[in-house]
Amino acid sequence: MTTKQLKRSDGRKANELRKMTAKVGVVPNADGSAMFSFGDTVAIAAVYGPRQLHPQHLQNPSTGILRCVYDLLSFSVYDRKRPGPSRRSNEISKVTGWALEPAVDLDAFPNTVIDVQIYILQADAGTRTAGINAASMALAHAGIPMRDLVCSVALGKIDKDLIADLTKEEEDFKEGEGATDFAIAKLATCDEFSLLQMDGKIQPEKVKEITKMAEETCKEIYEVQKKALKDVVESDMEEKK
Amino acid sequence: MKNQINEAHEAVENNSNDSSTKRKVVVPGEVIVEGEDFLPGEGTRREGAKIIAGKFGLAEEAGRVVRLIAIFGAFIPRRGNVVIGRVSDITHAGWLVDIDSASQSFLPIEESPRFINRNEMDQYLAIGDVISAKIWTVKGKGIDLTLKGKGLGKLEDGFIFKVIPSRVPRVIGREGSMVNLIKEKTGCNITVGQNGWVWIKGPSIDAQIKARNAVTLVAEKVHVNGLTEKVEHWFAENE
Repeated sequence: MTTKQLKRSDGRKANELRKMTAKVGVVPNADGSAMFSFGDTVAIAAVYGPRQLHPQHLQNPSTGILRCVYDLLSFSVYDRKRPGPSRRSNEISKVTGWALEPAVDLDAFPNTVIDVQIYILQADAGTRTAGINAASMALAHAGIPMRDLVCSVALGKIDKDLIADLTKEEEDFKEGEGATDFAIAKLATCDEFSLLQMDGKIQPEKVKEITKMAEETCKEIYEVQKKALKDVVESDMEEKK
Repeated sequence: MKNQINEAHEAVENNSNDSSTKRKVVVPGEVIVEGEDFLPGEGTRREGAKIIAGKFGLAEEAGRVVRLIAIFGAFIPRRGNVVIGRVSDITHAGWLVDIDSASQSFLPIEESPRFINRNEMDQYLAIGDVISAKIWTVKGKGIDLTLKGKGLGKLEDGFIFKVIPSRVPRVIGREGSMVNLIKEKTGCNITVGQNGWVWIKGPSIDAQIKARNAVTLVAEKVHVNGLTEKVEHWFAENE
């Protein structure tokens, strides 16, 4: 990697993530819920189910299905986002579902659906990755059988430097080679990627570096997720002592 | 008594109060223990020498067996479970019952303990009535219930509320110890369904509220050791 010190506007190192916060159990009505944030990007996810799936023709008698909805709230961006599904949010709902599917094990719930709803409270780039992180915690919190947690991070390249967790400002970088955005989701403890998306241009050899960087940063995210999940149980235990 | 305790869950409870067992909170995919000596129990799997959690919950090592106790999550119906449900529709062959699970449940007219005239089904169970029933079969398309059995049938008066279904074994306690303690202290009649619905009927409103608070307390503090003593203590404080 480059040896010269890279200057980022918020003073982060190239592979440094924004401050992460995570909280489990933010939606009491849901079977499982979680909040996850990367700096100013805040996502909440709620999980309902397994429950009966309607319309019936979508039911799968051999396994349960996962239904994801992702959207930005109107006030999450500077220009008001018109509420309701859009081309962009439909696409992200789909890829989020694909990113989470390899981690969940729904064979025990035939003909049912697990609804995952992700909303972005505040957007500053990397919303789909924050959403996936929140959703994976919410699924665990809902007691769904899972192989693993899913960790997700947006990596990228501005001009010639690889950086982790881009902000909106960095995503809009125009000079030199411009900005490239790489959204990645990975199963936490095994060597499997469940989401790889790219927007921009990049040299093939740099993609290898990106995946290596993803492994390192996902470890950090995993720790944050793990801590948040354990806290929701252990905070009660402490209280009792 | 009105209380039916599912045998499988009773067995779970027998071990979980044992002080020699070790417990810790695990997330899905986390390695619980490593070593060829251990056996993967419910909710866990083996990968090489590692025992890995398949759910979020409390991992428990009881001797060589490693088991995972779920503390969150929806009700998964099993044959023999006693559940509390509400009649949602009447068909020509029986009643549709809402038991708060993913699949429809149906109570056939033949499964009521006495003969019922098909024209007068609503006199036995009307829409909105609450019943405690046993799960007879779980099939792909739905669940069949039965009312034949001790303590099953229509629940009159009283009220129902919900706790997290995976915590029901703890609310019942070892051989019903916890629920019997609450019954004894409040003088209420309590039925706990495996689907997380709890029915309470007592001599006075105060006693009913107290029983409800006690059940909610147990469901919240499900992972605390020596919970029975704590509940006794709670009753002493709230005399």
